[in-house]
Parts: sequence; C-alpha cells; structure tokens
Amino acid sequence: MTATAAMPASTKKPQVQKEDAMWLQKELINNNYHELAQARDQGRKVSATFVPGNLNELLMCFDFARSLPETNALQNGMRKKSGKMIMDAERDGQSEDVCTYVKADLGMMLGGEVGPTGEVLPTPDILLLSYTGCFTFMKWFELIRHKYGCETVMLHVPYQGEGRIMPNMRDYVVKQLKDTVIPTLERVSGVKFDIDRLREYMRESAKAEDDLVAVLQSAKHRPSPIDGYFGAVYYIGPIFTAFRGLPGATEYYRLLRLEIEQRIREGKGPVTPDGEMGEEKYRLVVEGPPNWTSFREFWKMFYDEGAVVVASTYAKVGGVYDFGFRHDPDHPLESLAEYCLGCYTNLNLPSRIDMICKYIDEYQADGLLINSIKSCNSFSAGQLLVMREVEKRTGKPAAFIETDLVDPRYFSAANVKNRLESYFQMVKQKRAAAVAAH
Amino acid sequence: MATIPPVLAIVERCQALFDDLDFNAVKQWKAEVPGRKAIGYMPIYVPRELIHAAGMLPVGIMGGGDQLEVIQGDAYYQSYICRIPRSTIELGLTGRLDCLDGMLFPSICDVIRNLSGMWQILFKDKFVRYVDLPQNYEDAIGGKFYVNELQSLRDELARLRGTPITDAELNASIRVYNDNGRAVRDLYAYRAAKPWQAPTSEVYLVLRAGMVLPPEAHTQLVRDYIAAADALARPRRDNARVVLNGSFCEQPPLGLIKSIEMAGCYIVDDDFMLVTRWLLDEVPADGDPLDELSKAFLHRSASTAAKYDLKREDKGVYLLQQIKTGGAEGVIFAAPSFCDPALLERPMLQDILTRHKVPHTAFKYAENTGQMAPIREQAGTFADSIKLWSAA
Repeated sequence: MTATAAMPASTKKPQVQKEDAMWLQKELINNNYHELAQARDQGRKVSATFVPGNLNELLMCFDFARSLPETNALQNGMRKKSGKMIMDAERDGQSEDVCTYVKADLGMMLGGEVGPTGEVLPTPDILLLSYTGCFTFMKWFELIRHKYGCETVMLHVPYQGEGRIMPNMRDYVVKQLKDTVIPTLERVSGVKFDIDRLREYMRESAKAEDDLVAVLQSAKHRPSPIDGYFGAVYYIGPIFTAFRGLPGATEYYRLLRLEIEQRIREGKGPVTPDGEMGEEKYRLVVEGPPNWTSFREFWKMFYDEGAVVVASTYAKVGGVYDFGFRHDPDHPLESLAEYCLGCYTNLNLPSRIDMICKYIDEYQADGLLINSIKSCNSFSAGQLLVMREVEKRTGKPAAFIETDLVDPRYFSAANVKNRLESYFQMVKQKRAAAVAAH
Repeated sequence: MATIPPVLAIVERCQALFDDLDFNAVKQWKAEVPGRKAIGYMPIYVPRELIHAAGMLPVGIMGGGDQLEVIQGDAYYQSYICRIPRSTIELGLTGRLDCLDGMLFPSICDVIRNLSGMWQILFKDKFVRYVDLPQNYEDAIGGKFYVNELQSLRDELARLRGTPITDAELNASIRVYNDNGRAVRDLYAYRAAKPWQAPTSEVYLVLRAGMVLPPEAHTQLVRDYIAAADALARPRRDNARVVLNGSFCEQPPLGLIKSIEMAGCYIVDDDFMLVTRWLLDEVPADGDPLDELSKAFLHRSASTAAKYDLKREDKGVYLLQQIKTGGAEGVIFAAPSFCDPALLERPMLQDILTRHKVPHTAFKYAENTGQMAPIREQAGTFADSIKLWSAA
C-alpha cells in the first residue's frame, strides 16, 4: 500500500529475493500512478474506489485506470505532503473534526490533483462507492461529486451486525452488482461486461491470496520473519489496491513468499528500515491503522526495543484471507459480495475481539497494542472496550496509544514513545511474574 | 389559587418527562400490564410500527443530555468521539435502561454502528439488533433487502413476545403511527405559521415526549398542545425565521434551543428526532405492511446526512424545501462536535445555500454544552444580519 515510499533495502545484509519483491512492488505502484496520469491521453476512463471491499477485478473488466483515494492520501502522508492538503481543505470549509483522509484527498484536488509521485492525476469518470465498513466513504464521494461533478455508483454493503453474513445481505450485494453497478460501469466505460474475463482475474487473485496468507502466517514462527503491521503494510499493498487479479501481483506474492520462507529457514527476523532486526523480545498484536506521517519513526520505536508485530487487524482491512476467504471464479459475483461483506471493518465488535484473541493465541503474542486513530471512527469507536475484553479473555496486557492517519498535528512522538516503553516494561513484568508462578 | 394556562401545564409535563433520566414513564407503562416489554432505539430512524405491533413500547434513546454526569461512559471513548454514545453507555451502565428489554441501533454512522457491538458485549442478556437501512432505493433491490430485514426484525420481536406478529397487527400499528405522523406534521405546520405561539423550546419538549410515551398518548398530547398553544395569545416578535440543520442525532441542550430563540430567531423547521416524521406521508394500512413500509422508506422519506443522495442534484433539495415550506430566511447549521455525517454534509449544503442566496451560519455543540453566550451572540448577529438584508 505504501510501496513507493520504499522500504529501504537492508544496509547490513541485502537479500536478493527481498529486493526482487520490493522492486516488483515499486514498479507496480509507480506504473499505476503513471497509467493514471496518462489515462486521458490514451483515451482510458478513470475509476476511483475505496480499499475495503474494492472490486478491482470487476473494474479491470472495463479497462478503467484505477485510483484509490485512501492510498493517495497515505502516500501523500508518507511524503509529508498531507499536512498542507488537510489545512487547505479546512480553509475550504471542512471541519477540523472530520476524517483526515477525506481532507487530504480534497486538499490534493484543490491543489491541482498533483499525485504522490508528482504527476497530475485525472478527475475520475466514475466513483464506485463501495460502501463497506465505513460511513464516511459515502460523504467522501458525495463531496467529490459535489465539487467535480463525477458520476457516482453506490454499492451498499450491509454491516455484519450479527457477526455473520446472511443470505439476504449477499443477495442484496449481488443484485446491486448485476442491476446497478455493472450496467453503470458498462455505460461509462463503453466496454461490455465479460464474466469470463472476471473469472480469469479472480483466478489470479486467489493464487496471490494463498501466498499472502502464507506470508502473514509466517509470523507464527519464532523469530517472526516479518513484521505483521509495519512490514505487512508493504505486503498488502498490491493485493488491497489496483493490482489484485493481475499476473504481476501474483508474481509479487510468489517472490515474496519464497523470500519469507528463506528467512524462516535462516532463522531471521524482519527487515526494518535500519536493516535486520535484532533479538525478538516482544511479540505483539496491533489493532488499528498506522500513522503515515511519521511511519518510520513510529516503527523504529518498536524495533529499537526488539518488538515485532506478529499480527495486525489493519492487514485485514482489505480482506480476511487468513480466515479462509478466497475470490472464487466459479461464483464470481457471489464471491465479490462475500469479499465486500467480510472486510475487517465490516465485522461487528464481538467478531473483531474474537479475531484479536485468536491472533494472540495462535501467534503466541505477549499482548495487544491499540493504535487509536482520531480520523477513523470505524476502527476507533469501541476500541477501549475491545482492549478490556481482550485483556479479560487472554490475560495478556494491552496498551492504548492515539495518533492519526495523515494529519501530522496528531502524532506526538514523545507521548507515543513513553507509552510504548511503559508497555514493554509491563509486558516484561507480566512475563517474569508468569515464569515465577510456574 | 391561580392555575397555569393549559399550554404551560402540557409543557411542564413534557419537561418532566424530558428531565427524567430514569425513564419512569416507561417503567410505569410496563407496570400497568405485567409482561409488557419496551424496546429502545437510537436516531435516526427505526420502523417503530414493528415494535408497536408486537405490543411493545418503542423508546427513543437520545443520549443523556446536559443533566447526566458521565463517569463510566467516558472510560469507553476517546476524546475525539461525540458525546451521545458515552452518555448512552452511562445510562446503560448505571441501570437507567434496565427497563428496556432490547435496543435497536439503526445505521447512521460508524459510532452508533459500533455501539451496537458494545451493547452486545456489555448487556448480554438483552435483545440487541443493528438495523440496516438500504442506500439503494429501487424496490427490487434495496426494497427487497429492506423487506427481508423488516421480516427478520419482525421474527425476532415475535420470538421475544412468544407469538407471531400478524399483518393485521402491523396494519393497525401503521394506522397508529399515521395518526402520530399527521399530528406531528400539524404541529410543525402550526409552528411554521405562528412560531411566536409555539416556540421551539416547547415544540421540542412535546416531540421529545414521544420518545417515551405510547404513540396513541403522544398523538393526543400533540393535539392538545396545538389547541392549548393557540388558545393563549403570545407576543409576536420581529424575529428572523430560520431552519436548524445538523441536530439529527446527538441532541443540543434545551438551553441552546432557548438561546437561539432568545437571540432573535424563530426556528420554523429542524431535524430533531426525525423518526417522528421520517416518512413524509401516510403509509397505506390495507396492503402488505412490510412492502408498504419499505416503499415509504424508499420513495417518501426525509433526507439527512446519513442517507445517500442518488444524484448530485438531489443534494440540498430537502433543505431547500424546508426553507420554502417554513418561509425561512436563513439556516443555522448546528452539528454535534465530531459528528462525521453532519460535518461532512455541511459544506455541500452551505454551498447550495450560497448559490440560492440563503444566509447561513454554523456552529458546533455537544449535548452537555454549558456556555451559551457565544451561541447567543452568533445567533443574534445572524438574526440581525438577516433583518438588515431583508430591509435593504
């Protein structure tokens, strides 16, 4: 997802396979921004849609160049550009209280749509409002539509309020796909829908999903060969965005898996921006998205202390593949519906708690850390209860920090560092107490 | 001994219901017939007809207001989340909602949505349901989904009472709510016509009484209020006529409404407790009840920030209609702090009003906002500016 932000190659022991996977990822993401910038010249139509529940395979059936506004915002956040964009949007009338992804995106548009890589991005021809797991998405695209006149097509994805997908919910999404979304995409693109083309993309998606799951679950090893939060941000990039279903993405995951398997054989831990991580002292599960404006500084606070994140809920925001979901080419529309319905933020709180507890157990984690994001009520509302419940059920210590996605005003490095250090101390004490008790 | 005018007696009764954070009216209703059940619901809209048809009392939970000290509720929420969920949790954890046998959380925003899960965890012995409302307005798509959702809710309520809910019961409840809706629309029309006779600080309380009273009793109360208000001549002031927008979920303190009025504004329309007038006209009570409720929702319901506008041109149409119908001269955007739907909707509506040359102003509040002086000053300046413009 952050790809071009370029996780630097290890300065100590560069891994050839790692570099291959990273190179591929960079190439994919840079190419996509370039494709977007060139779309108008090449007569291509442009779509925008959101990451959770994105219908990339479907959009590709209509030859759209594909933009994902959250990805643009986070890329701008990592490049330290989002602060000005947010303030520009606030000067244009947006409240200081609301989601900073929205404001970073609106600010980027106000600034002439100069994308993260410096190329000018086109105004989308169609906004596919995949309304999954976040109410703000609706207002976000209404705002863009209001300002720029882009056509919008709604895909309303019901919430798993009872913790399961009911047939009525699936049928509703499928019906919308058949009767509303696909006809609109056909009309806007001028391309007739071909379900076999969709199946082909989905077949490709499933292969990549198998490899992604293997990569994410590699963190069950000790030491974990990956960081399942900061590192996973890079791993989920292609599959959560404009590349799922493309052979290039499949190849990326194949190479990534090979590299990670090699790291397991060699007993290595994750590669961090400062090189190979040292001794693995703490294994954590993290809930909530990362902060993007101080991403490396944030990560460094973990690896400097020997803390590795073995699993994160954020890495499931674009699909809960590790719980078995795969895009199914034999039932393409039903499978797309299940995908949208199953994304992490579309799960009710009890399901989220179950997931976190399972991670703590299966990944032998020392505890839970919640990074609560000011911008994101979908994640944040209820997290303090999530923390208590997880502590109660697992007996493992939990901690709570507060940052934001792309608003640099809400990242207080000293505060976050203090809390993390205290938390690591707490984990250490709990561990010592447990050893003494046995 | 001097008696107070009937209108003030009605308002006094409504004020008492409003002030009662222990929901004694609900307890009393339940105590009258053993076995009765009450189901709470949050903003913006739930089909109350289903609860009523099950013989249960629908109870609107609009947060704790400014008289509730929130202690435990704050421990569940970060500082950047609005106040209604924390005061609602406070009401629950302090036992004030024990009289409710269940809670419904309609789709409105991520905070209320997640609150449904919190309720499932914190109150395991209660019936809890998230009520998804369609954002696709075609009968064969969103309508079909919604009818199935209604049927599922109907089945769950039937399980709770122990017997199925019949179509006849549902149609009877639709009639009851048609009556209630008619009375509320009459109340709003009366206030718009004579806002000096029916100040919003009173209308609000009358409406709010409908959150805890059975609909039949509330309908009578509304009718009585209109008659009583009309019977007592009150001074007419040269106030600016405004529509209040953005207060559809977390409610402003009553003092804030009074402050706006004292500052020289007649509120001629608003979006308080939209559940009372969400369906814009009567639902046919002689057909398939779920189909009719669905059609009314899809094609004849109010517009608000939590509801998708199908086309760009649809944005602001409802507000402009409110302005026209109410003869308003301006709009006050009053949204709760950290309310994503209202605050993200606001710039679009402001833009539309600017294009239509409708004056507007905006501020934020919380349900426990205590400092009214800035709001009074802002509303007063706004009212003055309207009067100056209209005189020019």
